[in-house]
Amino acid sequence: MMTQGIPLYYFLIISTLMFFIGIFGFLTRRNLITMLMSIELVLNSVNINFVAFNSYLFPHRMQGQFFSLIVIAVAAAEAAVAIAIIINIYRNFRSIETDKVNEMKY
Amino acid sequence: MNNELMFFMLSAVILVFSVLTVTTRKILRAAVYLLFVLVATAGLYFQLNYNFLAAVQLTVYAGGIVVLIIFSILLTSHISERAPIASAARAALAALVTVAGAILTLITVMQFTFRPAGIPPISPNVKNVGRALVSYGTDGYALPFEAISILLLAAMIGAIVVARKESNNQSTK
Repeated sequence: MMTQGIPLYYFLIISTLMFFIGIFGFLTRRNLITMLMSIELVLNSVNINFVAFNSYLFPHRMQGQFFSLIVIAVAAAEAAVAIAIIINIYRNFRSIETDKVNEMKY
Repeated sequence: MNNELMFFMLSAVILVFSVLTVTTRKILRAAVYLLFVLVATAGLYFQLNYNFLAAVQLTVYAGGIVVLIIFSILLTSHISERAPIASAARAALAALVTVAGAILTLITVMQFTFRPAGIPPISPNVKNVGRALVSYGTDGYALPFEAISILLLAAMIGAIVVARKESNNQSTK
């Protein structure tokens, strides 16, 4: 249970708090880029969880590490596509505030 | 003892800069705070001896995604521009939901007893990672590796197509 004197629970507490900070940012931010940053926080906290479980509970396999690697790759792809979309929205609306980009809402 | 001190410093950096990332009103500063969070996370991976993963975190996340975000901030907003703050009612509701969710999750996690598998560990060094990445079978990850490379290719082409300016017929005449 104890690797290097740090209990697994500490990692889980850190990642839980980070996850909900990201959720809070996603709910309160009104700017597309800052919302994207909140999503990056959430993805990062999930990665910490995968790595901690892999390291403490299943050190004879490597699934956690590879899942984290793949999450990082997906996050990179997601950020690239999201930023392309955001730049296109800015070109059409001259703004990236979610309140002003509501043409398809009604 | 040193390990614990390092862990607490890294987690303090992660938590403080996470909060600053989602609350600061200057967008460019939020991106820099996000960079600090990602670098501290790489530090946690180094502590657990996941050297390859920490290196990937530093190069792809801290080096790639944050730079991409900063570029898009510079393209779409002015440096002096401040992010609008959410209304007090909305912020209070969001804080209520997140605090309730965090408390519920923490209680559930702390009550669960995790049992390690107790099988001799394999070292997560770069040699083992590289071997697993190109082998198949029980501990091989060749298929996810190929799938993720195709996904990345598709995402890059898609991003270029979406962000490209509409070609003007008059200029190509």
